Amino acid sequence: MREQLSDEILGKAYDSKLMKRLLTYVKPYKKYVVLAIFLNVFVAGLAPLRPYLTKIAIDTSIANKDYESLTLITALLFISLLFQAIMQYGLTYFTQLMGQKIIYDLRVQIFSHVQKLALKFFDKTPVGRIVTRVTNDVESLNELFSSGIVMVFSDLFIIMWIFVFMFSLSFDLSLITLSVLPALFYATFLFRRKVRESYRDVRFHLARLNSYMQERVGGISIVQLFNKQKRELKKFKGINKDYRDANIKSVFYYAIFYPTVEILSSLAVALIIWYGGGKVFESTMTLGILFAFVQYTEMFFRPIRDLSEKYNIMQTAMASSERIFKLLDDKTIIPDPEKPVKLSEFRGKIEFKNVTFAYNEGETVLKNVSFTIEPGQTVAIVGATGAGKTSIVNLLSRFYEIEQGEILIDGVNIKNMRKEDLRKLICVVLQDVLLFSGTIKGNINLNNSAIGESEIKKAAAMVGAHNFINNLPQKYDEKVQEKGATLSVGQKQLISFARALAYDPKILILDEATASVDTETEILIQQAIKKLLSGRTSIVIAHRLSTIQNSDKIIVMHKGEIKEMGTHQELLAKRGIYFKLYQLQYKDQEITKTA
Amino acid sequence: MKSLLKLNKYFFKYKKALISGFVFIFISDIAQVTIPIFLKNSINALKQTPDYTLLLQYAGLILGAAIISGVFRFLIRETIIVTSRKIEYDLRNDFWAHLLKLPLRFFQTNSTGNIMAHTTNDINAVRMYIGPVVMYSVDTIVKFILIISIMISLAPLLTLYALLPLPFLSFSVYKLSKKIHKKFTKIQEKFSELTTKAQENFAGIRVIKAYVREQSEIEQFKKLSSDYLEKNMDKIRIQAFFMPMLFMITGISIIVVIWIGGSMIIEDKITLGEIMAFVAYLGMLIWPIIAFGWIINIAQQASASMKRLLSIWSEKEEITNSKITDYSISDITGKIEFRNVSFGYGKNLPLVLKNINLNIPSGTTLAIVGNTGSGKTTLVNLIPRLYDVTEGEILIDGNDIRKIPVEVLRSKIGMAPQETFLFSDTLKNNILYGLNGNGKADEILDEVTEIAQLKKDVETFPGKFETVLGERGITLSGGQKQRTALARALAIHPKILILDDSFSAVDTNTEEEILKRLKNFMKGRTNIIISHRISTVKDADKIIVLENGMIKEEGTHSELIRLGGIYADLHYKQLLEEELKEMN
Repeated sequence: MREQLSDEILGKAYDSKLMKRLLTYVKPYKKYVVLAIFLNVFVAGLAPLRPYLTKIAIDTSIANKDYESLTLITALLFISLLFQAIMQYGLTYFTQLMGQKIIYDLRVQIFSHVQKLALKFFDKTPVGRIVTRVTNDVESLNELFSSGIVMVFSDLFIIMWIFVFMFSLSFDLSLITLSVLPALFYATFLFRRKVRESYRDVRFHLARLNSYMQERVGGISIVQLFNKQKRELKKFKGINKDYRDANIKSVFYYAIFYPTVEILSSLAVALIIWYGGGKVFESTMTLGILFAFVQYTEMFFRPIRDLSEKYNIMQTAMASSERIFKLLDDKTIIPDPEKPVKLSEFRGKIEFKNVTFAYNEGETVLKNVSFTIEPGQTVAIVGATGAGKTSIVNLLSRFYEIEQGEILIDGVNIKNMRKEDLRKLICVVLQDVLLFSGTIKGNINLNNSAIGESEIKKAAAMVGAHNFINNLPQKYDEKVQEKGATLSVGQKQLISFARALAYDPKILILDEATASVDTETEILIQQAIKKLLSGRTSIVIAHRLSTIQNSDKIIVMHKGEIKEMGTHQELLAKRGIYFKLYQLQYKDQEITKTA
Repeated sequence: MKSLLKLNKYFFKYKKALISGFVFIFISDIAQVTIPIFLKNSINALKQTPDYTLLLQYAGLILGAAIISGVFRFLIRETIIVTSRKIEYDLRNDFWAHLLKLPLRFFQTNSTGNIMAHTTNDINAVRMYIGPVVMYSVDTIVKFILIISIMISLAPLLTLYALLPLPFLSFSVYKLSKKIHKKFTKIQEKFSELTTKAQENFAGIRVIKAYVREQSEIEQFKKLSSDYLEKNMDKIRIQAFFMPMLFMITGISIIVVIWIGGSMIIEDKITLGEIMAFVAYLGMLIWPIIAFGWIINIAQQASASMKRLLSIWSEKEEITNSKITDYSISDITGKIEFRNVSFGYGKNLPLVLKNINLNIPSGTTLAIVGNTGSGKTTLVNLIPRLYDVTEGEILIDGNDIRKIPVEVLRSKIGMAPQETFLFSDTLKNNILYGLNGNGKADEILDEVTEIAQLKKDVETFPGKFETVLGERGITLSGGQKQRTALARALAIHPKILILDDSFSAVDTNTEEEILKRLKNFMKGRTNIIISHRISTVKDADKIIVLENGMIKEEGTHSELIRLGGIYADLHYKQLLEEELKEMN
């Protein structure tokens, strides 16, 4: 019962709360709305005006054999046509422009909001879902703004004008003609409902067909391996048949609806001939009125059909806006302090004091971690996977909030600094190098115009990336392909080093990649790392023996705790965890080095 | 347009429905074009002495003709459009049947999205051609001929004036809808750029935040959004022209009739009734003329779609039975031999396997170890002919596997691939996927889930074995998935069992339990096990170490340990890892 209820709520075509909030986006464009409604009143009247003019031509000009007035009315007819065309164009243009502007605002608002959200949000939300909010969901609101709201007025005005002209010509013939209207209304709305239902059916079966195919194409090796082509084909035919039958059903509704409308409009014509003709015999009606009425019968249909379509537009708009507003209301944001502290002079001392942290409640990742890094020192963090190394990095940049303890930079708690100021001090070079589509240049300065061409080249040269970049056909303007497919793993790493160097941070955090690269690149990388680390406070999640040996201090993490701390030699002598780790991960590097 | 001729065999299959559809069009159109004649006669009758019964007669005739025309119009859709749906159904079935037979190579070079686009969009475009295009073309031609001949018989000169603007209409519809289509493609391009930006930003949010680039990202997104807006407006500027143009041109036709026709009435050359019929006819002609421009576009798009479909249709099956197939082979015992086997994924691509020679006696177990990318998976994929060797040959029971009927070969091999793939179906259907309605299904299910240690997990699932997996059902853990895939491979009681890294996500205790039970199952079968864990492979009859597509070491566990090479090193490291894990 409750489930049914919630389903109904989802399918609502109108929700005053949502609508109110949606209308706030229209507010900046009030002028457009007023203009559109104003244009509507006139445009709507121009088409129904023409049968009326024709009536005058027949009853007055032609009857009186007056060529001049016939030409005049023809000219008027033409002018009304021209005006209608121009105004119609303007109307469509302005309403569409308004719709586009509104969804632009909305799209930018959503995107900007997402930029503020904390990583915690991204951990629990699939990227695809957020993308859908800024793309498809916003898009489905376009119709509401561009044709939904304004065009409802347009349809109503047209119907109103037709009524005005008809009744002014002949009251009783209007009533007779309009007697088919209830049937037309009923047929249209019944048709819409049936089509909507059958369309839902069609979409359901199409989705089934698509997901079936998608899955089999993805698992084609299993299908072939187990020899199941014949059975899969049979299954496919079954789903395909359901889809076909759903379509054939919807064909039926169209097949019955369109002829019904034609028959109804012919019925109206027959009524006009029968009743109006009789009146003409009695000389209480003119031929011109008959002529005009026959034309009006053809004008009803479109606005009525359009009105019935608005229901669909509203329904999708409500569902999309609900999802959008839910995202906009998400407040997973790490707040900046009210009175932020600015570091007057940066020295570069980092302290972790009894830091305890969990990504999810109850699953502690760091337990009571304390350490100090003196200005300019390089500290290597080592440990097995899942020991908590990456978490230390995440916390220093305040990507997540710690549960207990505090993190200090030059004695200032990072919670008391603006996130922006904090993060500008720190550069993080991640293990999985992420390149964005764009140019090499744009990937080094991340489109920061403050970092110019010469700085980019200098940074690239320092990390030894300049040579291979210069060998690319477009050099620094070479386009980076999807996921950086054209560059090797090592080259991508060098680019991310150049990125960090170009930003010249006070504190550097390096998560060394484990992926193996060729010897030549390896030498380049080792040299680059040396340059990156020199002269700044650095934390390295180390996978290279050379990095470890060059560091001032090694912190050994194990199951979320700091187990050992000291220099390479000290720790080796201990024969503890580090000793084992060394044999497991680093010893081979020594062998290859000496070999 | 030539590609569309390939559809003729489908048209032929439904010729009865299509021909009756054409007859219905003819009848409906004839009934429809009589309506203005009755209208004309009734208006002219009004000028005569009052005759109410005649008036009622005409009213009745108008309604009667409309009903006849309507009934046949209903039948037209029920024949022609329904047939188009049936042809679409056949086309899609045939396409799918073809896809299922294509080699894996095809699926690796064509993304799933691409293939899906063909089966949905392209087939749909072709369907539009079969249905609406065929229906409207015939309708347009019939109506056109009927109406124009009547109009000419009523007033030849007026017909000429009235129709003068209409070819222009057809032409404009054709041109405009083509332009709109082009602009639309541009919009889609921009939209996909916008989507890519959002996608990359959200996926790379760590980098964005670490470098404090949020503001610049917002600016870039704004730029793309406003480009998108511009592209949309480009289309709207043309599209907004469409409707006004339609009623302008048709309106001018009608005005011409009123103006020139009006003067003709004054000169007594024509009656008002005839003018009314003219206006009614123009109203009837407008849609077919608009449709004409539209039809050409759709037909062009359909032709392009058909071409794409045909290009997939012309893909070869490659791995299939052939002239050399020996159909007398209906079973295998399981002795496998690799003779100088080399393999590369494409003609110009480097070899992944180089000169492999390997002998696996029937009933023994071979284990393969080696780094990622060393060619382990490729090697086992060659046995069920998921790919064919580039050089050399693979023999089973002394027969080249290309001689064994593909169905026989594959039905004797049970494989649990490295990338576990399960269908969104019930757990039971997934496990018994390889069975052909075997009567002993429940027994087998019981047997293989016991070996794969799935029973305990199944107890916790809401619908037990009938529980649906995937998006609509429950999500299995990595280990559960692997064990299900293992059970699926076991269920067919294969002569050759291949486990490609089947325990990587299974915890060591469970793995031990499974291996214990597998031992019995593996008796009398030829088994190949790929693993990174020494504990999994150490009991094999033979272990090979692959590196860069070549066999580097070969022997039993103790032999390889003694050798002190790659295998021994791996063994030592895993011992260390164990120790580390146990430390506190």
